[in-house]
Amino acid sequence: MHKIKVRINGRDFEDEVDSRLLLVHYIRQKARLTGTHVGCDTGNCGACTIIFNGKTIKSCLMLAVQANGADMTTVEGLAKNGLHPIQEAFMDRFAIQCGYCTPGMMLSACSLLQTNPQPNEAEIREAIEGNLCMCTGYQQIVEAIQYAAEKTRK
Amino acid sequence: MIPNKFEYIRPNTLQEALSILSAYREDAKVLAGGQSLLSLMKLRLASPKYLIDLSGVPELNYIREESGRGNSARIAIGALTTYAQIKESAVLQAKSPLLVQTTHLIGDVQVRNRGTLGGSLAHADPAGDMPAAILALGAEIKAVGPKGARWIKAEDFFVTAFTTALSFDEIVAEVRVPVLKGYKTAYMKNAPRPSDFAIVGVAVCLQPDGGRTCQNITIGITGVTDKAYRAVGVEESLRGKQLDPKIIEQAASRVTDGVEVNGNIHASKEFRSYLASIWVKRAIQAAMSGA
Ligand SMILES: Cc1cc2nc3c(=O)[nH]c(=O)nc-3n(C[C@H](O)[C@H](O)[C@H](O)COP(=O)(O)OP(=O)(O)OC[C@H]3O[C@@H](n4cnc5c(N)ncnc54)[C@H](O)[C@@H]3O)c2cc1C
Repeated sequence: MHKIKVRINGRDFEDEVDSRLLLVHYIRQKARLTGTHVGCDTGNCGACTIIFNGKTIKSCLMLAVQANGADMTTVEGLAKNGLHPIQEAFMDRFAIQCGYCTPGMMLSACSLLQTNPQPNEAEIREAIEGNLCMCTGYQQIVEAIQYAAEKTRK
Repeated sequence: MIPNKFEYIRPNTLQEALSILSAYREDAKVLAGGQSLLSLMKLRLASPKYLIDLSGVPELNYIREESGRGNSARIAIGALTTYAQIKESAVLQAKSPLLVQTTHLIGDVQVRNRGTLGGSLAHADPAGDMPAAILALGAEIKAVGPKGARWIKAEDFFVTAFTTALSFDEIVAEVRVPVLKGYKTAYMKNAPRPSDFAIVGVAVCLQPDGGRTCQNITIGITGVTDKAYRAVGVEESLRGKQLDPKIIEQAASRVTDGVEVNGNIHASKEFRSYLASIWVKRAIQAAMSGA
């Protein structure tokens, strides 16, 4: 067992974890933040995407022990005073169908807009390449991200 | 999927990592970005008893220019440098852009944020992209072990699928690529979907002599056989020649000379060989028209 200290969405957690506990399971089962989803569990689908020390990663391809000392954001950390502009844009532009990919999709979108506030369509598509939507609602998702970018420009 | 039980160790220096590796021998594995190893462990295709996480070894993460012997300036890249760092590197973009071009076609944002150059080479996936690029660049790989460091040429590094010239107690510390003057480079790949592994991947370093004549060319191929390789036949057929479409096409047909081509669900042997010749041609043309 290993002692870890992490910060998720501004809250500090301290736990003892088994070395083989995956980060995604830690987030869901120990931190009880179930917005981070387990999809393919092979690193392909991106449903488990979180922001880890400022960068998006797939939390099914990391161990909880590796996160010791890290600062993470999950989908629950997006809304501060009301919904995050990305969340509003996903609602306004109907970018959600079954919703399974949505948390990862939104975190990838946030991460893109942080480094590139006015992305073009190709850049948006590249940014969400690691997030699969099995409802294939990509068109609305891309439009929602464009819409969020436009709104924050104003 | 949950990995088998293992003990997790996070050393703070390369020396410490090496002595742990020497102590536990084949029972230990080093962990870099985890984008291949953790998947293998979850599938229980790999079950190391000791997992040595290199993330605490900051001395393995850097990109720096080195004025080498004579005019052979080089860029040294630490093994733990991520694809994302390579993709954003101004030095590499300006002086040796092939690796940057290659990272654009590897995985997706999240994979590039974690996956490392050293990991991709040590993993030696027969369809990995970086192996083709470092072959075309004639890169050298620094392996450190209990007896010190040695340099391995890219062409001697890949032995067969998932097998390299590294011994169990060695760690890749650095990759050195040449600063390219008067070269044009390109990386192209054919994959079932974006961010998939290559059916065929082609890395090209081309030195034209002002006009359309090929003074020198090196070509690295991945996805075609059990390891990445240099397409020596194509290179020979192009050196000193005019790079017109007919000549390129003829040369490209030699891409699988002397190679046992893989056939699988994505492409039969025949189709893969055909794709290889097409994509070699395209990659050469891309290099010619590129910067
Ligand atoms: C969704 C997805 C898509 C992908 N797409 C592509 C793609 O398009 N093209 C591509 O080429 N790859 C792709 N990959 C694989 C990716 O490139 C891996 O990151 C890479 O193969 C391994 O690098 P790593 O740093 O993650 O190494 P790890 O997974 O940590 O390690 C891999 C192996 O290398 C060994 N190792 C690592 N570092 C060292 C070192 N410094 N010295 C000695 N041994 C070492 C480990 O012990 C292990 O055996 C993809 C992966 C995923 C999950």
